[in-house]
Amino acid sequence: MHGNLDAIPAISAQQVTKVFGAGPGSVTALDKVSIDIQRNEFFTLLGPSGCGKTTLLRLIAGFDHPTSGRIDLEGSDISYLPPFKRPVNTVFQSYALFPHMSVAENIGFGLKMLGKPAAEIDAEVEVMLKLVKMEAMRDRSTAQISGGQQQRVALARALAPKPKVLLLDEPLSALDLKLRKEMQIELKRLQHETGITFVFVTHDQEEALTMSDRIAVMSAGKVLQVGTPRDIYDRPSRRFVADFIGDTNFMDAELVSAGKGSDSKASLKLASGKQIAASLPDGDMSAGTVTAVVRPEHAWLTKPKASSVLTGNLETIVYFGTDTHYHVSLATGGMFTVRMQNARGQAGEFSEGDEVGIDIDADAVQVLRD
Amino acid sequence: MTDTAAASRKSGTSGAQAGVEARRADVRNRWLLASPALTVIFFAALGPLLIMLVYSFLQKGSYGGVVWSFSLDGWFNVFLKRDIFDDTLGFADGHLSIFWRSLKLSFGTTVLALLIGFPTAYYIATRPANLRPVFLFLITIPFWTNLLIRTFAIMEVIRNEGVVNTLLMSLGVISSPIQMLYTDFAIMLGMVYVYLPLMVLPLYASMERLDFRLVEAGYDLYATRLGVLRRIIVPMVKPGIIAGSILVFVPSLGAYVTPRVLGGGKNMMLGNLIELQFGQGRNWPLGAALSITLLVVVMVALLFYVRNASKSGVKSHG
Repeated sequence: MHGNLDAIPAISAQQVTKVFGAGPGSVTALDKVSIDIQRNEFFTLLGPSGCGKTTLLRLIAGFDHPTSGRIDLEGSDISYLPPFKRPVNTVFQSYALFPHMSVAENIGFGLKMLGKPAAEIDAEVEVMLKLVKMEAMRDRSTAQISGGQQQRVALARALAPKPKVLLLDEPLSALDLKLRKEMQIELKRLQHETGITFVFVTHDQEEALTMSDRIAVMSAGKVLQVGTPRDIYDRPSRRFVADFIGDTNFMDAELVSAGKGSDSKASLKLASGKQIAASLPDGDMSAGTVTAVVRPEHAWLTKPKASSVLTGNLETIVYFGTDTHYHVSLATGGMFTVRMQNARGQAGEFSEGDEVGIDIDADAVQVLRD
Repeated sequence: MTDTAAASRKSGTSGAQAGVEARRADVRNRWLLASPALTVIFFAALGPLLIMLVYSFLQKGSYGGVVWSFSLDGWFNVFLKRDIFDDTLGFADGHLSIFWRSLKLSFGTTVLALLIGFPTAYYIATRPANLRPVFLFLITIPFWTNLLIRTFAIMEVIRNEGVVNTLLMSLGVISSPIQMLYTDFAIMLGMVYVYLPLMVLPLYASMERLDFRLVEAGYDLYATRLGVLRRIIVPMVKPGIIAGSILVFVPSLGAYVTPRVLGGGKNMMLGNLIELQFGQGRNWPLGAALSITLLVVVMVALLFYVRNASKSGVKSHG
């Protein structure tokens, strides 16, 4: 596919570093970040606050410029272009709607600044109002509409100039839970209908998993892992990624053999002495002590038996409605959480204080890189 | 007041007589409480104005003061004059030209103060929050010195043997001094210098509340720097622009010291004309009528402000 125009990524960040301030008080917000974001992709930058995700978004928008490295938009360098010369629009966390303009004037602002004729602007504004279902609010002031409606206007305003890339800076964080769920679906719909590349910034891992085509998990100015939601959740390659997304059991283990070929599994020796097959992260790993992770729902409790991978004492049971969490104090030290779905009307067969065995799904053990 | 209110509540059912009594006491108390404010308003604002209004309709005394008999001469002389030789009526073009020049100079002063004050206020508003009070403090420093002394200082800077001319001549830029003192330029320079803080402070107050994310949103939506200034910053700080302009325009129109010192005797403004009537001119009714006229001009300017402020985006600064 090389040489094909479609293979050129929408956004390509290469070794991008951003340092704020100078001297000993300077802060490195981004540290040699390289990411390719494909066209028509719903791409999410996920990480805790201060991880650099918003800084990267601001560099793509042009509000800040990289200290070193470069950012390409469809193959051409935009690192130092001012924001008004980039075909990229932003939906701000605070919406940043212009309070002295009506809903329609807000939506038409970008087109007006691009020098489009009035008739064309009017027509496009109508299309956008329809797209975000705000036709009735056309002439309202932005102070007269609700938070969810402001969100829709902000989206329409950013989409109206038909940008090549739409940047969304935690746009749902100010909405209540129900509205947030609605807008998540709405955003996916808009992305499908417009075919525009979305770059979405969030600290909400659930939001990232449900909405994204691909996710980049960031921490302390670095991109730790890029992959599909399933990749990120099932095959985390680093401790931070495994810990940040979902609940995880960490286990120290001995890497006995790495296995050869892409299909074959590595072999781990756990503290209990049992051996278990595991997936390795991409790249070479040498034998030695490693950390492996298992998601709580990929394990289940049994009566203690000789073949149990792990054994321990069931300390607490927490009932969650759809499932129950069992916290087990392992015989070899440490805690392990097992999550099992509840069947209707069926009382659990385990009670606190029981000695239990833990079995783990085949293919559920993932070795971390660090 | 609480006592009487409670009393009136208690007596409400017992007898209408007591109720009326309590209500009267209530009204009395209200006036008593308002009396300090009313006293100030009457003696400091309405009283002098009334005296001016009355004086403008009296005859002038031969040695100043007024003669207590009704006359429209004062008002007549504001706009018209009688030729001393053939007794024909003509427009008082001397007065009108002073009115016109006052309006012109005040307008010029306001525009210049806005052009200088806007970037200054923007600069201060975009500094880190801990530095802003320092800049505001610096802005107010000129207020510490007497206006007359500051005006004489400007005279020292721009007079023919002053700092600017001496410097330019010693550098060989000019061979003979530029006449700056006693010109309209000198008056405007002095007024801009004196009234600039009155422009900067309200502008700063508006800009400090400006949400700079809106500026970023403007850039993001393809507005150039000029576009952002014109379509986003100016509309949002419009209340500050109007307030600052009024605060500069109104005192400029009535300025006395600055045109007197920097304009010499010949470049008069309204303030000087009015002073002249109460001094050498010995025509108090004319002076009073001119003052009232000035007041009306200012009122019109203020009405313009109120109308515009209520139309513009003041609501966005809630």
